[in-house]
Amino acid sequence: MTKAKRNRLIYNIVTYALVIAAFLILQSMIANKTITRSLKGQLVPICCWIVMAVSLNLVIGISGELSLGHAGFMSIGAYTGAVVSGWLLNAFAVENTLLRLVLAIIAGGVMAGILGALIGIPVLRLRGDYLAIVTLAFGEIIRSLVNVLYIGVSDGRLRFSFLTKDMPEGTVMLVDGAKGAVKIKPISTFTVGFVLILITLFVVLNLINSRAGCAIKATRDNRIAAESMGIPVTKYKMIAFTTAAALAGMAGALYGLNSSTVVPTQFTFNQSINVLVFVVLGGLGNVLGSVISATLLTVLPEVLRAFSDYRMLAYAIVLILVMIFTNNPLIRSFVNRLFSPIKRLFRKNKQGGDIA
Amino acid sequence: MIFLDNLINGLSLGSIYAIIALGYTMVYGIAKMLNFAHGDVIMVGAYVAFCGLQYWGLPPVVAILASMAICTVLGITIEGLAYRPLRQAASLAVLITAIGMSYLLQNVALMIWGANPKSFPPTFINSTTFRLGQLRVSSATVITILANIVIMVSLTLFTAKTKMGKAMRCVSEDRGAAELMGINVNRTISVTFAIGSALAAIAGVLLCSSYPILQPTTGSMPGIKAFTAAVFGGIGSIPGAMLGGVLLGVIEIFGKAYISTELGDAIVFAVLIVVLLVKPTGLLGKPVREKV
Repeated sequence: MTKAKRNRLIYNIVTYALVIAAFLILQSMIANKTITRSLKGQLVPICCWIVMAVSLNLVIGISGELSLGHAGFMSIGAYTGAVVSGWLLNAFAVENTLLRLVLAIIAGGVMAGILGALIGIPVLRLRGDYLAIVTLAFGEIIRSLVNVLYIGVSDGRLRFSFLTKDMPEGTVMLVDGAKGAVKIKPISTFTVGFVLILITLFVVLNLINSRAGCAIKATRDNRIAAESMGIPVTKYKMIAFTTAAALAGMAGALYGLNSSTVVPTQFTFNQSINVLVFVVLGGLGNVLGSVISATLLTVLPEVLRAFSDYRMLAYAIVLILVMIFTNNPLIRSFVNRLFSPIKRLFRKNKQGGDIA
Repeated sequence: MIFLDNLINGLSLGSIYAIIALGYTMVYGIAKMLNFAHGDVIMVGAYVAFCGLQYWGLPPVVAILASMAICTVLGITIEGLAYRPLRQAASLAVLITAIGMSYLLQNVALMIWGANPKSFPPTFINSTTFRLGQLRVSSATVITILANIVIMVSLTLFTAKTKMGKAMRCVSEDRGAAELMGINVNRTISVTFAIGSALAAIAGVLLCSSYPILQPTTGSMPGIKAFTAAVFGGIGSIPGAMLGGVLLGVIEIFGKAYISTELGDAIVFAVLIVVLLVKPTGLLGKPVREKV
């Protein structure tokens, strides 16, 4: 086994192990009732944000394309999930919540994936900032469209209408325009969220380390070189983009079914930016980093609730300072010099191991 | 008549977008960064002018000048404190810093002025309504369009004729070579931010003269739209920002009037996507040739 391969294996095992350990600890805390109420309410959202961050990292960190519309896919998933769940309940009387949840999540993922592929075909021809602005535009378009979407169920049939609420008498509304998806029965559970995280990690980590992943990374590092080596650039970018969209849709379905309403304003541009912040702070291309930063940054505002008015201010300042401290060459070299005695200690143990 | 009415409204809204887009496009052209905090500088400018008019009793012109001065200082400070340390960093790191800055400005504004929307006091800008036959045109509309033209012409002259303008074009072309020719790159970028922020203050006042509701998030949606306008026209190009802004405003108003009020934003963004797909560098953007 080569060294790179071994490092990768260790990294993957550590990632899975940390997630599983966190799940087991939290489960035991729930069993012992030592968990605080606010944290317990946060568990499912944390799962969703982790999935969102990891999937966006696939686009930004691995595929190297800046996407600013990830929340759009999440909203597609949330709406699809709410509609599917409501439809199953009202038309087929499926009482089993787990079955409904799983079907809703799958539907959300499929829907967002299809949309991701449709959007990806034209969008991935663009580069850099132009790609970013088009993904932003798609996010906003999705938000505007769901604002005037009405979906109801009557006589066991789904009824759609657009722009105007045109429903027969006695229709149970599932999506009610600007009011969003209404009267959702919250059925999301932490365990399902945890399984979704595991699936996401499995998909993303395997994709990164596969042959396709190598091609995607080659495209990111040097598009022209990759193209001249015969790599179909657009195809591999599409794979990354569509996978990420589908995962975001699944996260959205889980998120939507965790509360009683989903409104379009929950999935604005700012939400996409929040996920972007998770990814960048966690480290581009670093899946474990995304998991950790999504968790911490979701919990942090709750912890800072004591400072209520100042928490977003503190968040903004922390964000700016972290970016400056991790990216300024002067500060970085200073920090490196501070830590160099420690690093040298480690290097001595290895005795001429690897000099790059 | 309704058509003309909508057209004039669209031109007015588009002029505001264009003035904001100029700030985006100049900063992008010269510093190669997306300054996401630009929309929030607009909001600060509007709030300062609001305070000047409402609390300090300043005459409108003085209030606008004060707002421009404060925004200029703010722009230079933001650039110096947050963006200058990241001059060599990856563009994504700068983008996140700009986003952080945007949150910071919004929350500081929230602390100072509170979350309740303030209504912007009427000034000479929206004092009268002109009548042309059946057509009624608010003076805010006329002033906005005129201000847009004046700014556009003077900025074009500035970048074409003055020494600083030439320096800006040099830095935007090749920063390293500009530095070797003795151009002070940091100062040039500071001046760019100063101009962009002063324009943002004007845009803020004009925006609130036409849509007089002021709250800490006032700047974000016009900011995003103006950014879209800058990309639409070809980011980095001053006439492009102007064209993109005006077209975007007109499309938005027509979309709202003739297709659907709720779908106005969606139509704007859909047009943007179509344009970018046909012409990936925007309407007036220069295609960059790729070298291997």
